[in-house]
Amino acid sequence: MRNLKFFEAIREATAISLRDDPSVYLVGLGVPDPKGIFGTTEGLQSEYGADRVFDMPISENAMTGVAIGSALVGMRPILTHQRVEFALLSMEQIVNQAAKWFHMTAGKKNIPLVIRMIIGRGWGQGAQHSQSLESWFAHIPGLKVVMPATPYDAKGLLISAVEDNNPVIFMEHRWLHNTFGEVPKRKYKVPLGKANIIKSGKDLTIVSHSYMSIEALKAAMIMKEHGIDSEVIDLRSLRPLDTKTIIKSVKKTKRLLVVDNGWTRFGVSAEIISSVTEKIFDELKCSPSRIGIEDVPLPSTRALAVHAYPTPSKIVKAAAKLLGLQIKLSKEQKKSDPLDQPDQNFTGPF
Amino acid sequence: MDNKLIKDQFFQMLRIRKVELKISELYPEEEMRCPVHLSVGQEAVAVGVCSALQKKDIALSAHRSHAHYLAKGGDLKSMLAELYGKKTGCAEGKGGSMHLIDLEAGLIAAVPIVGSTIPIAVGSAWGNMMQDKSVTTAVFFGEGATETGVFHESLGFASLHNMPMIFVCENNLYSVYSSLEVRQSNKRNNIKIAEGHGIVSLKGEGNDVSSVYGVIKESISIIKKQKGPVYVEFDTYRWLEHCGPNDDDHLGYRKDKEVKKWKINCPIEKTKDYLLNNKLADEKEIQTVSLELDDEIEEAFEFAKTSPFLDKKHLYTSIYSD
Ligand SMILES: Cc1ncc(C[n+]2csc(CCOP(=O)(O)OP(=O)(O)O)c2C)c(N)n1
Ligand SMILES: [Mg+2]
Repeated sequence: MRNLKFFEAIREATAISLRDDPSVYLVGLGVPDPKGIFGTTEGLQSEYGADRVFDMPISENAMTGVAIGSALVGMRPILTHQRVEFALLSMEQIVNQAAKWFHMTAGKKNIPLVIRMIIGRGWGQGAQHSQSLESWFAHIPGLKVVMPATPYDAKGLLISAVEDNNPVIFMEHRWLHNTFGEVPKRKYKVPLGKANIIKSGKDLTIVSHSYMSIEALKAAMIMKEHGIDSEVIDLRSLRPLDTKTIIKSVKKTKRLLVVDNGWTRFGVSAEIISSVTEKIFDELKCSPSRIGIEDVPLPSTRALAVHAYPTPSKIVKAAAKLLGLQIKLSKEQKKSDPLDQPDQNFTGPF
Repeated sequence: MDNKLIKDQFFQMLRIRKVELKISELYPEEEMRCPVHLSVGQEAVAVGVCSALQKKDIALSAHRSHAHYLAKGGDLKSMLAELYGKKTGCAEGKGGSMHLIDLEAGLIAAVPIVGSTIPIAVGSAWGNMMQDKSVTTAVFFGEGATETGVFHESLGFASLHNMPMIFVCENNLYSVYSSLEVRQSNKRNNIKIAEGHGIVSLKGEGNDVSSVYGVIKESISIIKKQKGPVYVEFDTYRWLEHCGPNDDDHLGYRKDKEVKKWKINCPIEKTKDYLLNNKLADEKEIQTVSLELDDEIEEAFEFAKTSPFLDKKHLYTSIYSD
């Protein structure tokens, strides 16, 4: 099977969507530029033309409305933002307009729209370039929110998102773009709203999403060396949320740890834990637990930022606590904790 | 022209250039671990504007703020320590290059969300007005920021209340790799847009420090006389890549001819020629001061490099004010 990087999988899914449906177009700041949104849009303009793949003014709010308007009359836009924070300028259009139109018109008009947003981390980007705000969007009825963690899912989910008849927020973690994985050449879809068990196990369930699924998996491997057999669920979609898969797993393991990709308060982990405890409180052997980004704005300096994120070590520690165990990590095991870059080979741009 | 002033402006520009080039040189050591947007080539706007302002006046900037910070009198050591993420930085390392601040110098904010400091500057002007303080506010932004909605909304409100402020647009023709062509209609005219809001609008030569200075002096007298904001626009050019320490001419998004033309039009060389031709300075004096600047910069880098980081516990501090 063929291996692709995550960013290449996104580019391939976009190319397929442009190829197969003339109503699809791609717009965003820097889409046709030489770096092509971290490689995800590279070459697409020369392949599909400047009338379907184009740049825009720094007018995120207006351009979101423009995308919505074009969707109303039959187009299927993909709008990209290099950081989640730039999309914040368009919250009104996303929350009041895109998310509500189908409802307000009693189903007469739907908005097929994909908005890609990239979550930054590391290299001192600080408070305004490294926020994980997925729960804002997942809070809104009428929006769908997907967050792939693997190249395979990135391609399959993006194709599904483009074909979906609703506004879909497609969030990518910048630290995933250079990860590798198997990606079939053919067109395939990963359904929205379906979680994926990326490691099965019996001792506890770890639920995570986006980049944190990678960290959770690393943690699970470390735990395995200590005799703990954890099950790791990668959510893939936040809305719709696949509570069925989560509950089935927790019913088996009786223990739940959620590793949040964002802040925990009022966030994804809050929702997962509520959904589980509402349904199967009696079946849990202990209180569920969660970790996420520390409850502070992200500082620029690496001296502090490095302590703000969940790491494999922290995840193992939290899991051990749930199980009433003490685990001492070896030096080698601690090495998998990243500092302010995903790995030494990654030199940006961030 | 004021001889002392132009000499001073020259050395200020030279200082900024040297600082930026030193950052560019040392960045590959990977100790300044934050995105940097260098101002090489755009020194004349920063120095021309700030030398026309008083210390008590306020300036705000955006992502490309090093030159504005230094020209407004921001402390060099604190700036570099900030880039190194150190406790002695102007924001103790919490902000990084994209969030410079020096309250004493009146550089009250710099943030990397394009357009965001424009309304904040209007608020600063308004707040000072409400308190009867005679302070002028200047806000620096790139031509890309004129595409944001908030730019237009800010012009409207500033005009409505006759704010004592200057909107300073630095048109370097690009937003990252995107030329003006793909972002603004060639029929568009920002000067006329500002005028449409009833705002006096002026244009100066962005790589000519005296021209910039003159335009800002005129703006200040307009503010004093007519009581209202002024919009000013300067064409200039960024020499290095949008973000990072290198040049990126190999990417080909800017025509060689264009880059060359602007490099020949160097704000520093131009002023140097003026000083030499008019015998306001000789090579020797320039050399002497230049070496002094090197020493100052060397020392500031040393300070930044050897300063400590904040302790881990400070991850949880300065979240809320008491
Ligand atoms: C709202 C928003 N959208 C996009 C970006 C990404 N971005 C950072 S700097 C920049 C270019 C800004 O161009 P300009 O205002 O002309 O300033 P210059 O970089 O040329 O100095 C862009 C698009 C951002 N920071 N904020
Ligand atoms: Mg510009």
